[in-house]
Amino acid sequence: MNALVAIMRFELLLAWRRKSALATTLGFFVIVASLFPLGLGADPQLLRLIGSGVVWVAALLATLLGLARLFAADHEDGTLEQLRLSCVPLPLAALAKIGAHWLVTAVPLCLAAPILGLQYGLSASAIGVLVASLVLGTPVLCLLGAMGAALTLGLRAGGVLVPVLVLPLEVPVLIMGAGSVEAHMNGLGAGPWLSLLAALLIVFVLATPWVVAFALRISSE
Amino acid sequence: MATLTASRSRFFRYASPATFYPLAGRLWPWFAAVAAVLALAGLAIGLLIAPTDATQGDSYRIIFIHVPAAWMSMFIYLVMAFYAVLTFVFQTRLSAMMMRALAPTGAMFTFIALWTGALWGKPTWGAWWVWDARLTSELILLFLYLGFMALQSAIDDTRRADRAGALVALVGVVNVPIIYFSVKWWNTLHQGASVSLTRAPSMAREMLIGMLLMALACWMYSIAVALVRVRALIVERERDAAWLREAGEA
Repeated sequence: MNALVAIMRFELLLAWRRKSALATTLGFFVIVASLFPLGLGADPQLLRLIGSGVVWVAALLATLLGLARLFAADHEDGTLEQLRLSCVPLPLAALAKIGAHWLVTAVPLCLAAPILGLQYGLSASAIGVLVASLVLGTPVLCLLGAMGAALTLGLRAGGVLVPVLVLPLEVPVLIMGAGSVEAHMNGLGAGPWLSLLAALLIVFVLATPWVVAFALRISSE
Repeated sequence: MATLTASRSRFFRYASPATFYPLAGRLWPWFAAVAAVLALAGLAIGLLIAPTDATQGDSYRIIFIHVPAAWMSMFIYLVMAFYAVLTFVFQTRLSAMMMRALAPTGAMFTFIALWTGALWGKPTWGAWWVWDARLTSELILLFLYLGFMALQSAIDDTRRADRAGALVALVGVVNVPIIYFSVKWWNTLHQGASVSLTRAPSMAREMLIGMLLMALACWMYSIAVALVRVRALIVERERDAAWLREAGEA
């Protein structure tokens, strides 16, 4: 547990010293979401319909951005090797790094989402559901992304490969996340979708760190 | 103990590229020939003998390639996942090569299933494509195949490529039951299965025989192509091995 906290604190400190990287992800998220009204026309009716889906797709793409950084620097300077040799279990170290990555990249997205929701004319309660679905869904995106990052560690084509590997697997999260807002707006209640997302999150938090650690071992032996 | 070792060694005998290479070379022409005969018979029954469908007219005849291709697309992924398990459990190089040899065929059948489905969907549903649960999950299966192949070709170190590919194949296998049961779970536009092991088929006997012949032809074709491809992979990876030079292949 101490190791988990120590690695997370270390990662957060590193991220804080390089604030521009954080701003880039957030900026990308807002820009992608702002492009849709420009491309599709500013009809408020249409924007209200597509708003939740657009914000979710933008979040999906934005969480892919920082993945190349997740293990690459540690791989190059040998930190990863030390982590593998240390008495800290590798899955735990991976979980700590992914957790810090989520705090640094995805939490700002969740905080910025209400503003985008307002731009798309979503009601206050729909925005609440949107934020809740993002809070539950983005950790799953980070966990899946970490798996892709671990598998492509140190490859020349790694940056292009991660989306190809990871996006197909992220589709259920997108469907559930955007579905929860849509169900709420249709008066069906977002409860079932949010419960599904939460269940997915629990399964992924428990299982993915082992897969990521295994992938790291494959990539760095 | 001695018998156990003997049976184990017989079991693993063909896991060695050196013994499998000539075996695959002897077998693949037979599988290819059987595939050709079955495909001709299946097409003859499907296109000439089977009756016209009461509601869909002649456009239903696409099922003679669509259904076998869709079955193969899912089944080949399952076989790849099986070889992925073998790769991790027994550390056999050949199972990883088989996995790699099967992927392009699986991707091709996935593409054929989607393409023929679109050709059938236009006259029947009035649209080339709908975002139905089964179509979407089949499309994701195509992306999984492409991701697997992209990862394999991006890694130069064969051991790492084998193990990374095996991990991807195992993670992606979750999608196969989703495709298979999607028509039951979501009950969307794509019709349910017409053929099942547990009840009588809901189609004419000639249609069923034609479809099963085509499915068997696709099986034989897949095996033949995978064997040819795995032979190429063996030559590529073992080009410095003494046994290959003795066989006069390198």
